[in-house]
Amino acid sequence: MKKELVELRVNGRSYELAIEPSALLLDVLRQELQLTGSKRGCDDSSCGACTVLVDGVAVMSCTVLAASREGREITTIEGVSEHGSLAAIQKAYGDWGGAQCGFCTPGFIMTVKSLLAENPDPSEADVRAALSSNLCRCTGYNQMYEAIRSAIAAERAGKTESPVAR
Amino acid sequence: MSDFSIIGKPTALIDAAEKTTGAGKYSDDLSLPGMLVGKILHAPYPHARLKRTDTTRAEALDGVIAIVIGKDAPNPYGILPVGHDEHALALDKVRYVGDNVACVVAVSEAVAERALELLDVDYEVLPAYFDPEESMKATTDLIHDNKPGNLEKDYHHVFGDPDQGFADADHVAEARFIANEVTHAAMEPHSTLASFEIDPHTGKPGRLTVWSSTQVPYYLQHKLSLVLEMPMSQIRVIKPLVGGGFGGKSEVIPLEIIAAVAARKAQAPVKITYTREEVFWAHRGRPRTIIDLKTGVKNDGRITAVKARVVQDGGAYCSYGVVTILYSGALLGALYDIPNIQYDGYRVLTNKPACGAMRGHGTVNVRFAFESQLDELAAKIGMDPAEIRQRNLLQPPCITVNGLRVQSYGLPECIEKTVARSGWKERRHTLPKGRGLGIACSHYVSGAANSIIRSDMPHSTVNIKIDRDGGVVVYTGASEIGQGSDTMTAQIAAEALGCSLARVRVIAADTDLTPIDIGSYSSRVTFMAGNATLRAAQEVKRLIAAGAAKKMNCAVEELIFRDDTVIRKNGQAGTDTFVRPPDQSSTPSVSGRVEGQILRGSLQQKRKEEGPKDHMTFEEAVVAAIDFHGALIGTGSYAPPPEARGGKHKGAGVGPSPAYSYSAQVAEVSVDEDTGEVTVHKVWAAHDCGRALNPISVEGQIIGSVWMGMGQALTEEMVWKDGLLMNPGLLEYRSPSSIESPEIEPIIVESIDPEGPFGAKECSEGSLAATIPAIANAIYAAVGVRLHESPFTPERVLAALRARKNAKALNLTEGVDPTAPSSFREHGGSLCHKGKGPERHPLDPSRLGTQSGGAD
Repeated sequence: MKKELVELRVNGRSYELAIEPSALLLDVLRQELQLTGSKRGCDDSSCGACTVLVDGVAVMSCTVLAASREGREITTIEGVSEHGSLAAIQKAYGDWGGAQCGFCTPGFIMTVKSLLAENPDPSEADVRAALSSNLCRCTGYNQMYEAIRSAIAAERAGKTESPVAR
Repeated sequence: MSDFSIIGKPTALIDAAEKTTGAGKYSDDLSLPGMLVGKILHAPYPHARLKRTDTTRAEALDGVIAIVIGKDAPNPYGILPVGHDEHALALDKVRYVGDNVACVVAVSEAVAERALELLDVDYEVLPAYFDPEESMKATTDLIHDNKPGNLEKDYHHVFGDPDQGFADADHVAEARFIANEVTHAAMEPHSTLASFEIDPHTGKPGRLTVWSSTQVPYYLQHKLSLVLEMPMSQIRVIKPLVGGGFGGKSEVIPLEIIAAVAARKAQAPVKITYTREEVFWAHRGRPRTIIDLKTGVKNDGRITAVKARVVQDGGAYCSYGVVTILYSGALLGALYDIPNIQYDGYRVLTNKPACGAMRGHGTVNVRFAFESQLDELAAKIGMDPAEIRQRNLLQPPCITVNGLRVQSYGLPECIEKTVARSGWKERRHTLPKGRGLGIACSHYVSGAANSIIRSDMPHSTVNIKIDRDGGVVVYTGASEIGQGSDTMTAQIAAEALGCSLARVRVIAADTDLTPIDIGSYSSRVTFMAGNATLRAAQEVKRLIAAGAAKKMNCAVEELIFRDDTVIRKNGQAGTDTFVRPPDQSSTPSVSGRVEGQILRGSLQQKRKEEGPKDHMTFEEAVVAAIDFHGALIGTGSYAPPPEARGGKHKGAGVGPSPAYSYSAQVAEVSVDEDTGEVTVHKVWAAHDCGRALNPISVEGQIIGSVWMGMGQALTEEMVWKDGLLMNPGLLEYRSPSSIESPEIEPIIVESIDPEGPFGAKECSEGSLAATIPAIANAIYAAVGVRLHESPFTPERVLAALRARKNAKALNLTEGVDPTAPSSFREHGGSLCHKGKGPERHPLDPSRLGTQSGGAD
C-alpha cells in the first residue's frame, strides 16, 4: 500500500509523517514516533493498554486508523507528566500500589484522566464503571481506587493551597 | 522508634515512575538498527506428521530475509532436565493446534504475514487425544514415542497408614472434583529481541544478546546454549521490564528460542512479539485437573486420612509437568496435621498446548477439592467450618508425614483474624437466603528447596558495590516482574547498611552483569534473593565498619549503622539504643553526594581538627573504608539448608521449602437462584508472610492473588473443541474487570520466620488457592449446593440448583452434573463438519459408538 503524508498532533507537537492509510494509531505512535508508553496487550480493544486521549476523550489506539485522527489533539502517557515531574495521578499510582508490573498502567492513567476531565468528583461506582474498559492482571483494581481518590485529593489541595502559597 | 528504618514501611516501587510515565521499556518497546520482524507459522492440526515443507514461494517474496524451519536448530530442550521434548520448530510432528512449524523473518510485519500464507506445508493428520483419561489408554499414535500410554509421569506415594486411618474415621467423604484449565493472561504478550555481534577475530557472528520477557534469565541462557550449541558465556540475556508473569514466563517459551535461531539465520537482529492469540497457544497455564478425593474425620473434627488420585491434562509437552503433579501431592501436607496420606498422581499428555507453572503451582486445584470436602465433613459432624480447621493445626516446629519441615506457622492467627474481621460467627447464620459466607485456608512454598537443575550451586547470589560517595549498587539476578523484587532488594540492602533507600540502585537480571539467580518462580525471590542480599550487605558492612572503627578509635562491635549515619554506642555497655547525632539535621554534611570525592581533602582536614568522632555520616564511613581496604565489594549467596530439603522417597524433591506462607479467607457471596449468577461481595484475606517488608506490596500481592483466584472460581476457563481453543482473547477468556471485582480486605499476619530475611516469607501465591474453595463454600452456605467443577458459571450453578430440586435437568452443561462431574467435556461449535477437520482418536469418548471421525 502506498504511503501518504499526514500531519498528526501528539502531545502538543505536530509531526508530518508518511504512513500507510491502513496504519493503526498505536503502531504509528510506537514505531514512527517511538512513543512506546502506549502498550499493545491485545489486538482487538479488549484490554485498554493502548488507551490515548483524542481531543480529551479516551480511545483505544489499537483499533483506530492513524490517518483518521489528522488534525485532532492526541495525548499519550508521555504527554501526562508536567514540566518533567509526575502528575498527581502518576504519583498516586506509584504510592498506592496502583501499578505492579506497570504494563496496563499508561492505559489506566489515560482512562482516569478522561474520567476526571468529565467528572472531577466521581463516586466509587463511577470509577469502577470507567475503569472497566481496561484490564489489569496484577492488582485486582483495589489499590487503584485508593490511588485515584488520593490523586483527586492532591489535585484539590494543590488548587486551594497554591494561591495562599503565592 | 521501630526496630527498622526502611523494612516494614509502605514504599513505592523503585521503578514506579518508569511505569506510570510510560518511560520504562518492556521487550517489545526495544528496537535496534536494522532490526527485522519474525512471524511464526502455527500448526492448524492437533496431531499431524510433517510431510513436506516448501518455502520457495515465501522466499521469493520481496522483503523476506530468511525462513527458519525445524532442521535449522534440531537440538531438543525443555525447562526440566527430564523433559527435553521440545524443539525450536517442529522437526517431524506437530502436537497441538498452534505448535510451531516455521518462522518468517522479514522487513516488516505485513510482509512477514503475507509470507506465512505462501509457505506450503503438507501434513499427514493423525488421530488426536483430547481427554486425559482416554489418552492414558493409548497404544497407537502416541504423542511422544518414548511415553507409553501418553503418560508423562506418574507418582504413587503412601505416608502413614491410610487404610487404618479410614478405618478409624467416624465420617468419610468421597467425591470427584474437576477444575478446568486456566491461563496467566499476563497483560504483556511475550516478546523477544535477539541480536548477534560480529566476532572481531573470526569476522563471523559471535556473541548473542537476547532481551526477553522472562522470569528466568538464567534458564533461558542455559536452554539457548543447548539449542544453539554455544557456550553460556557467549550468550547474554537481559530482562527488561516484564509486564506480568504469573508463571507464564517462568520457562523458555518457543519464541525465545525461535528469535535467536532466526537472528542467526537472518544475520540481523530479529524481534518476535506474540499476538494475544499466540499467547494463549503458548499457554503453560494451570492444567485441567480431575481430583478423586477421599477424606476421613473423627467426630471431634480430627482428620484421620486423605487419599487423592489426581489426573492432570498436561498438553503436548512436558514443560513443568513433573513438578506440577508432585506439588499437587506434596502440598496435601504442611497446611494441616494429616497423619495418613495416599497420593496417586498422573501427568498425562494430550494434543493441546502444554500446561506449566501458574501462580500457586500445583496446589490450587487440589486445595479447591480438599477445602470443599473439609467443609462438607464439617457440615456432616455439625461443626463450624472455621473450627474444623482449627482442630487440625500442626504443632511446629515439626516435620510432616511427607517430610516437609514447618517452622513459622501463622495459620492459627490467620483463621482467628479473618473470622473476627468478617464477623463470621455472628453473621454466618443471619444472612438472608441466597447470601452466604465461606471459609478456606491455603499455603505455599517460599521457594523450592531443591532447584530444578540439581546441583549444589547457591539458588541466589547478590553482589554489592559501594561507590566513594556512598552510592550503593546491588547486582542481583532476581527478576522483577511487577511483584516488587527490585524494591525488596533495595530495601533489604538499605536496611542492612543503615543507609537511605535513595542511595541504592538495583541492577537486575542481566546475565553479563549479575550473578546467578535461578529466577522468579515458586515464590522464592524474597526468601532466597532477599537472604543473599542481606548477606552481601552484611559482608560489605563489615568492611565499612572496620574502616569507620579505625577512624573513630573504637571496636567494630560498638558501631550502629542507621539512617545514613554510623554512630558509636553511648559508651555504656549494653546500651544499643540509637540516638540520632544532634548536629545531623542542622549542619549540612561535609562531603555530600554531589561533591563526592572532590571534598575529600577538606573532609580529612576537618576530621583532623575535630579528633576522633562518635559518629560519621554514611559517606564519611564509606570513604574511610575505601581508604583502608580499597574497593568496597560484598557478595552473599543463599542455598536452602539440608534439613529443609525433604525426604528420600521418589519425587521427594518437590514440595520442600525453607518456609511456608499461610492464608485463611472468608468470602461473602450471593447467588441469584433464577439466573445462577454468583456475585462475590467481599473477601477477607489473612496471609502470613513472615514479615511484611513492604506492606503496600504485600497487600497488593494478597489482593492480586485473591482476585486471580476469584477469576478462576467464577469466570475464567479455557474452552476447547477438538483441540482448538474457542476463546483465545481477553474478552472471551473473561478475566474480571473492575465491575466484577469485589472489595478485598488484606490482613497481614507476621509470624517472623527464623530463616527468612528479617523474618519474611512469600506473599504472592499462597493466597490464591484459598479463594476458590472459600467461594465454593460460600455458595453452599448461600443456596445449599456444592459445586464440584470450577469455574462456577451461571450454567453450572443453575444446573446444580435444578438437580437439587429434582427438576428436569436443564441440559446447559451437556449432560454433566456439576455437583458430580464424571469426566472431561468439551463445548463450543463443531469443527468436524462433514468429516472435515481433525480426526479424534478412536479411544476418544466422543467417538465411541460411531463409525468414523467427525462424530460431532
